[in-house]
Order: sequence, then C-alpha cells, then structure tokens
Amino acid sequence: MDNIFVYLEIEDGVVADVSLELLTKGRSLANQLGCRLEAVAVGDHLETVEKQVFPYGVDVLHIFSDKRLSPYTTLPHASILVKLFKEEKPQIALLGATVVGRDLAPRVSSALRSGLTADCTSLEIGDHVDVKTKKVYKNLLYQIRPAFGGNIVAWIINPEHRPQMATVREGVMKKEIYDPQYRGEIVKHNVDEYVSDQDFVVSIIERHVEKPKVNIKNASIIVSGGYGVGSKENFQLLYELANLLGGEVGASRAAVDAGFAEHDRQIGQTGVTVRPKLYIACGISGQIQHIAGMQDSSIIISINSDPNAPIHNIADYVIVGEVEDVIPKMIKYYKKNTK
Amino acid sequence: MTFNIIVLAKQVPDTRNVGKDAMKADGTVNRAALPAIFNPEDLNALEQALGIKDQYPGSKITVVTMGPVRAAEILREGLFRGSDDGVLLTDRAFAGSDTLATSYALSMAIRKIGDFDLILAGRQAIDGDTAQVGPQVAEKMGISQVTYVEEIQKIDSKKIRVKRRLDNGVEIVESPLPALITVNNSARPCRPRNAKLLQKYKHAKTITERQAENIDYIGLYSSRPYLNLTEWSVVDVNADPKLCGLAGSPTKVKKIENVVFQAKESKRLTDSDEEIEELMKELIKNHTIG
Repeated sequence: MDNIFVYLEIEDGVVADVSLELLTKGRSLANQLGCRLEAVAVGDHLETVEKQVFPYGVDVLHIFSDKRLSPYTTLPHASILVKLFKEEKPQIALLGATVVGRDLAPRVSSALRSGLTADCTSLEIGDHVDVKTKKVYKNLLYQIRPAFGGNIVAWIINPEHRPQMATVREGVMKKEIYDPQYRGEIVKHNVDEYVSDQDFVVSIIERHVEKPKVNIKNASIIVSGGYGVGSKENFQLLYELANLLGGEVGASRAAVDAGFAEHDRQIGQTGVTVRPKLYIACGISGQIQHIAGMQDSSIIISINSDPNAPIHNIADYVIVGEVEDVIPKMIKYYKKNTK
Repeated sequence: MTFNIIVLAKQVPDTRNVGKDAMKADGTVNRAALPAIFNPEDLNALEQALGIKDQYPGSKITVVTMGPVRAAEILREGLFRGSDDGVLLTDRAFAGSDTLATSYALSMAIRKIGDFDLILAGRQAIDGDTAQVGPQVAEKMGISQVTYVEEIQKIDSKKIRVKRRLDNGVEIVESPLPALITVNNSARPCRPRNAKLLQKYKHAKTITERQAENIDYIGLYSSRPYLNLTEWSVVDVNADPKLCGLAGSPTKVKKIENVVFQAKESKRLTDSDEEIEELMKELIKNHTIG
C-alpha cells in the first residue's frame, strides 16, 4: 500500500527509455516519501526486464507474462493495471506520455475514478491546504505541466483520490542508475486472474515499428528550424550544416505543422526536450512551448531576420539576418577554419 | 447498411496563434482576445464520420459538445459541413470539469442519445493537449477504444478496421462495434462548409440562444424542427451533480503560473562575413564544434 508504481513500456523485451527515466524519478520520490518503488511489466519475453530495471532502484517488479499481452492492446493492459492498483493501492502511478501511455492511463484513471495529469514537465512532493475546508493534505504529488498552448504552467493536485496518476514525455526526466547492485523482489502474477476473453476483442492485423531514425534527444549539436525557414527546401541548408557539425536537425511545432520537417524532429513541450551543448535556432520566433524544450542547451545561437524575436532573450549569440544567407556563411567559415 | 455516429467536439481558444494583441502588458495571455474555434483534431474526426456517411448514405452524424451557450457555434459548424444533428451540454454545474468529469457528462449524454455504432473524437484539444477524454468516455461506455487513428479503412455492421500512428510506426487494428476512435491531425483534413447546408442551417439555434436573441421568426422553429439544436442540462442527462464540474473532478488546480524565462546577456552579431567567421572561429576554439 501507498507505494509508487511505474508502468514499464516494453518493445521486444526491451524497456523503453521513458520508463527508465520514470523509475529514476520514482526512486527519488520514493526516497522522499519513505515508500517503495514498484514496476509493472506486462507483455511477453520479459526474462531480461529484471536486469534492466533493478539498477534503477526497483523494490518490487510485477510480471504479467502472456503471449497475448504483446504487442500492446488497450483492454488487457488496462484490466491488469486496474485490478493490480485496486489490490496494491499505490499512492502514485507514473506512465510514459507515449502513444501507449496516453492510450492506457486515461482508461485506467476512468475505471479507478482517480485523477490523471498528462505530459507533466515536473513532479514534486508538497503539502496543500484546502482554502475552503482548511483541511491539510500532506505529501501530495504536485503535477506540474504546461497548458493553454504552453503559455501557462499549471500545478495540479489530486487531494482525495488515489493513485495520483501522471504521464511524462520521453526526455523530460533524467535517466540515472541508482545502484548497479540493487536487487528487488519479483512477483509473478497469474494473468488469467486479471484478464478475461472479452479483453482480446481488438486485434492487430499488421504492425510496422522501426527503430527511431532520428535521435535528437542525445545529439550534442542541434540545428533547429522554425516557420521562418520558409520551406522544406530551405531546411536542406539546416541538414547540410548539421551533417557538417555532426549534429541533428530539429524543428519547432510550427515548422512541423507546415510540413517542413518530420514530427519526430519536433522540439518543445509537445515534442522532445533537448539539452545539447550547441543549439542553433534558425527562423524560430521562440514560442514558450518551444523554449521550454531547449532552454537548458549550453550555448544557444539564434538566427532570425526579426531583431525582436522572443527567442533572442535566451540566446547567447543573436545573428540578425536571413537564414538562407547566414547558414551558407557558417558552412563556408567552418570549413575554412577547420582545414 | 447505415451507421449512427457520434462525434465529440470541443470549442477551444486558438492557442496556436497567440499574437501580440493577445498578450497583456504583463506578458500574460488575454484569453478573451483569442478566437474560439472548432478544435482542429475534432474536425479531422468529423471528416472521418462524413466519409462513412458518403459511403453509406442514410447514416446519421450527431455532434456532441459540452461548454457554454456559445459553444453551439460548434454544432452549427458541424451542420454546415454535413452532420445531421447537434447536442449541446451546458449547465453551470458542468463548470470547472477536469477530463474525468467531462467524460462522465459526455457519457451520460451518449447514454441519453442511446443508439450508436461508433463514437469519433479528435485525439486531443489544443487548449489542454491531454488526449484523455476519448479513452475515458470509452471506459465509461464499456466499449473498446482505438486512439491515434489516421484512417478508417473499412467498416461493416460488426467491426471497424483502422490505421493508427504509433511513436515509431503504424498499426492496422480491427475492433468490434460499437467502439470509440480518436483521430489525429495526420488524417485527411475536414471538407469545407457546404453553401446549401449553410443556407439551410444558418438559423439553427439552441433554446437559450433563441431566447437571448429574441428572434421573431414566426413559426420558423416549429415548421423547421431541424433548426432546433438540442440543449441538455445535468438533469436532462440524469447526471449525478456530485460527479460533475468541480465537485466531480479529482484533479484540482493548485496554482497557475505564467511562464517567464530567464533572459540572458546575448552577443549581437550582424550577418556580415567577418562577424560570422569570427563566431565560427570562437566556437571551434572553445571546442563547441569541430
């Protein structure tokens, strides 16, 4: 009872980074609250999951292994979490804000009538005093998230209902081994006690999953383009510079919406959070939701024809000019000076 | 073969275009200055419903929305594009609903509508970006859900086959009916308003709108019953007030902060060859690049 649960997202027996990031966060919250960290693995071929997750400080690993549970479908995974949470009564449950987590978490929260906050950018423990009743709530989970298109940040709490549920995007929390020797307990559950035949009415006819082609999360140099880049063709310049510097190309939401770049390159609150050592923002005005996803970059260069673009406020270097003039010059002088 | 389709839609402030006139002097957003629009992905959902109706004439599309009286605009917008009916859930008791209370209210409205084969909704609304209401409605109705859908490939009286977008791939999924499907913005865009339907439905109003505007079209609403937009309160849908609005919302907002970023001292450069060469040399020298 009253422990912290993390749902593990697993593809081909490999636990997703976002789940390991949540375990890292979950471990630190558990230490703060003096409770245990428990992980839930639902799927097939889960033999190596324990090795993957125990170093992150997992005290209890719940295993639900059955051929029918992989690949993921909503209903059986939801039935398992609902029943498990009813039995174990966690105080906090964390899921990745991925396609799977954002499909599963609301279904579970609805069945349990517990509050759920999507896409949290920060999770903290703190107290709350109800203004009307003066009732004091100790050690609540503050679920902090952007709202309203990223223009505000809301602090959400669930005073009365348990578990307090939250989803977090990949890359928002940091992944850190807690103790390489850490060893928790394994609980193998009888899947048939948790699911019924009715849970398997949805069938997957075909499935194509690729390893992510783009790895902007771990890139140390990112050349990122916004709507101001103007076209998909102009984005080629960004690729050229990124290739030369050994970096990756990122994009703002506006550039992705305009079709200049693929969705998996999107940086910001609704995309990936990045912390490279160099971030070159090209034609990006600097909507809050974008800045939130890159402000921790070590060095930021902003190239924009608008001298008053908001992004300039957080940039180390501001180049006022057209992207299509400046980038070729950067390429030229990089080559000249590295020969 | 025909289908009864319910489309869940939301009127949202257009947070994608927070222009300078929508910013207050203190740097916060003036919400009232943002135009209220049909949530973009709900339009993608509507289009999927219209596609089914094209294929199976006689199918019926009902758009359901919850919000203040002005959210009836969403219902008219649906009618202009080809839906058949609209239901507005409006009541002070719904105010302050989080996603769970919203999904409860919508599910009670759906129960009152009764007969349906398919519920469609946008993946998420741009004011909250939570993507929670769809799956929560599905759970409350006890039906299966398929989220992140970009194409309905096949539907028959018993099942539906859809293509859904995963984080790193795609999936073709088959679900029995009734089911709830949430639709992504990668699905085909919604068709525009139809001029004939615009003429037909421009006076479509809810009872509260008619009373407020005091429109004196003698007999208009009794001779053309399709102009009466349905408006339901908490009582109309037999909802438990304890499960609605703020009271029915497990999540509470502790506080709201405006986003303020720490400004840095930045070095300003022009786009001259000299200055850019200087910058590249500096970055190479301090091992940022190269």
